[in-house]
Amino acid sequence: MSANLLSIRNVGKHFGGLHVLHDVSFEVPAGCIYGLIGPNGAGKTTVFNLVTGLLAPSSGSIDFRGESLLGLAPHRITQRGVARTFQNIRIFKEMDLLENVMVGRHEHLKYGGAGLFFNTRAYRAAERRARERALELLTWVGLAHKADMLADNLSYGDQRKLEFARALATEPKLLLLDEPVAGMNPAEKTVLMEEIRNIRERGYGVFMIEHDMRFVMGVCDRIAVLNFGRIIAEGTPDEVRNNPEVIEAYLGKEDAA
Amino acid sequence: MMDWLPGNFSDFWSTYSTLVFSVGVHALLALSIWLTLSCGLLSLANAAFMGIGAYVSALLTLHLEWSFGTVLLAGGIAPAVVALIIGAPVLRLSGVYLAMATLAFGEVVRITVLNLEITGGPEGLNGIPLATEGWHIALLLALTVYGLARLRRSKVGRAFEAIKEDEVAARLMGVDVDRYKLLAFVLGGFIAGIAGALNAHFTFFISPREYGFENAVDILTMAVLGGTSGLVGPMLGASILTLLPELLRSLHDFRSLVNGAILVLVVLFLPKGIWEPRRIRNWLNRNKGKPA
Ligand SMILES: Nc1ncnc2c1ncn2[C@@H]1O[C@H](COP(=O)(O)OP(=O)(O)O)[C@@H](O)[C@H]1O
Ligand SMILES: [Mg+2]
Repeated sequence: MSANLLSIRNVGKHFGGLHVLHDVSFEVPAGCIYGLIGPNGAGKTTVFNLVTGLLAPSSGSIDFRGESLLGLAPHRITQRGVARTFQNIRIFKEMDLLENVMVGRHEHLKYGGAGLFFNTRAYRAAERRARERALELLTWVGLAHKADMLADNLSYGDQRKLEFARALATEPKLLLLDEPVAGMNPAEKTVLMEEIRNIRERGYGVFMIEHDMRFVMGVCDRIAVLNFGRIIAEGTPDEVRNNPEVIEAYLGKEDAA
Repeated sequence: MMDWLPGNFSDFWSTYSTLVFSVGVHALLALSIWLTLSCGLLSLANAAFMGIGAYVSALLTLHLEWSFGTVLLAGGIAPAVVALIIGAPVLRLSGVYLAMATLAFGEVVRITVLNLEITGGPEGLNGIPLATEGWHIALLLALTVYGLARLRRSKVGRAFEAIKEDEVAARLMGVDVDRYKLLAFVLGGFIAGIAGALNAHFTFFISPREYGFENAVDILTMAVLGGTSGLVGPMLGASILTLLPELLRSLHDFRSLVNGAILVLVVLFLPKGIWEPRRIRNWLNRNKGKPA
């Protein structure tokens, strides 16, 4: 198995005549927090949609742990160990928090129809374990005391945390976070940064899209910069920060602001 | 058989047993459509599934004289197999397109039955032996409610709910969305088919008229009126819509008008149906807070 969790090679994507990604290549190493940055509309979320199988690339290849993800249905890709959160939060609003996270346990519950109907011991044990794991994850993101609340009633920041716990419930090897701190206050951002570091310590890979420069530079081990669908720089935060093209395309504006 | 009961009960039973049986059968039908609704599918194939169950079981009884238990099972399996076959292409549609496709399927079934020799064409099938007894319906309804209640609390129920709320998010949680939609569709077909088989064996007579567009809408109305957030709602809706026409006999000719009006009023004023546990709980809590 290669040391890279995720390899994206020469990926292009167009929607009809609209070319969104051109010849995008980069590698996300294992045990690493990897950042993907770039201006709005650069094509970052599209990269996530390709990796998770919601869209198919027009060209190129996407490998996860040495195996191609192309042609796999999204739920198969999740089962291989890729989980994600969404830029526009997509929690299950009419379910309580515990149920939300337990949906993430779906693939790990191995009982069949008979166990379910007859309420067998194995069935009850599996459900209990799923419940415990879900509570553990809710505790970890600090939402355990709201476990039986409807997700719809959560604040914006809490909804992001819930999505985070739900994604982790699938036991991913690689977690994709699409603008995880958008809408959070600085204190919440610091807490989340710690949690993301924690995740890496636990051996997960993290691949995140983020706008907040300070946050990205502070937390990521490596960064790729996307501009108008092309990778214009890739490397450590320092390398990226000093890249003239990046400064012009992205950081320059940020500094001026 | 009933002479040990007080006279007025036997009188009541001989007059109203068909009505009580109908409540049970309609409850099964409302639960069958609840299954697809619970994962966000507006499928209107249940009347046709019921018809397939009714005809298959009646024909097996009339021509092959199979035992009633086997006939009931076959009445459930036949529409389930049909659901399995048409499910893959049809369930790719969503919303109103799925409703239209399933209604079209219902018409195909009705017209087929209307034109076949073996189904008796427009005259239907006559002289189906009376085999259904009250306890058959009670037992099958109880088993269905139990099974669905277990399903609801399991990973299957959570998957259905997740699909209903956000299909994309459900997929990315590892849920095989297409498979679970097909499961809801096929199980719904099975339950509707059994309801049809039970029905055929206490009405003596079945005809294509009973399984058309109007009946499909009736079944939907029952579930929506009662409320689809749980299992009580569809059964309550089925009871109300079965008993109401009896109570308002003078309105009998306007039955579908009344049903339509009820559907519109419920959608407007009680979008979650009559039986909405969360609303009822909130309402009770509010009243508890008030001084007596
Ligand atoms: N499914 C789609 N169909 C058509 N155009 C799309 C689709 N998804 C994204 N785009 C377009 O691709 C471009 C990049 O979008 P996106 O990947 O969301 O950017 P970012 O996440 O970097 O802000 C935008 O112009 C967007 O309108
Ligand atoms: Mg985006």
